[in-house]
Amino acid sequence: MAAATALPVTLETRLASLREMYGDAIPVDDLADVVRGLVGSLRGDVSLQDIRVYGELEALARYIHRAKEEIQHIRPDDISDEHIPTANVELDAIVRHLEGATGNILDATENIETVAGSAPPEIADPLLDAVTSIYEACNFQDISGQRITKVIKTLETIESRIVLLVEVLGVNVEKAQDVKAIQPPRDDSHLLNGPQLPENANSQAEIDALLASFD
Amino acid sequence: MALDKDLQILIVDDYKTMLRIIRNLLKQLEFNNIDEATDGSMALEKLKEKKYGMVISDWNMQPMTGLELLRAVRADANLKSLPFIMITAESKTENVVAAKEAGVNNYIVKPFNAETLKSKIESVLVT
Repeated sequence: MAAATALPVTLETRLASLREMYGDAIPVDDLADVVRGLVGSLRGDVSLQDIRVYGELEALARYIHRAKEEIQHIRPDDISDEHIPTANVELDAIVRHLEGATGNILDATENIETVAGSAPPEIADPLLDAVTSIYEACNFQDISGQRITKVIKTLETIESRIVLLVEVLGVNVEKAQDVKAIQPPRDDSHLLNGPQLPENANSQAEIDALLASFD
Repeated sequence: MALDKDLQILIVDDYKTMLRIIRNLLKQLEFNNIDEATDGSMALEKLKEKKYGMVISDWNMQPMTGLELLRAVRADANLKSLPFIMITAESKTENVVAAKEAGVNNYIVKPFNAETLKSKIESVLVT
């Protein structure tokens, strides 16, 4: 059973070398080499424990192979090359349309406000109240824009994860080079959460109370 | 105590629509000396060039955020006491705490209404 005692050292050395080269994202082909070497070194007496390990490794290899096939079938290059960029373009178009439409609403509202300025108070006052309400309502463009930006960032994250997965599994590696440059972290990046969903957001009253607690 | 309606106010937001909305609401409150910037760095340049009486700034902007602008203002001997209101969609407690610790005078969460804007400006300028 001399091979069995020497084996862990060889395996550890090989794994350490791979980890040094690739970090935690070891390509499947290299991992398969390690497994082949491990299995090939199982000579002489084979214990029940060895057989169980061999079985688990075989199952793992089958699992990885199946995952690789499934990932190839879903055409990951289409997701990163076509679907996500198309979704981004559509979302950008929504942002532009919202901005344009809000601009038109504001143009009309400012005209009403100007006219109201020369009207008698009984007409001007309700008009100006309505104008104020429209200005307040136009907040939606900013909030919607920020929400859409969050969705675009989420899609970009999914895209980069897919590219990484494809790279690790050795599927279509040349496509995997087109990863977007990662933005340098900001010192308040952990605080840039964007608009919260209504059930998670602090209201103005809650924020006022929080600020008052500092006094 | 009457508010100084001639006060020079700098509003900072990367959304032109928001700049327009805030400007119009401020005009309804009879503030007419309003200047604009579309991010923190542009705002900081303006603040160093001209004397302002108050800043109303968004948070999430590139390349310089509203929080970074606030910290830069508080670190500048000539600007450190400038009234600063954050007006942002960032409504998490950690955001409010970070802004307060950085020296914000008041904090308005988007979407906001005209009455909230008015009351926060009054509280900042009167105190």
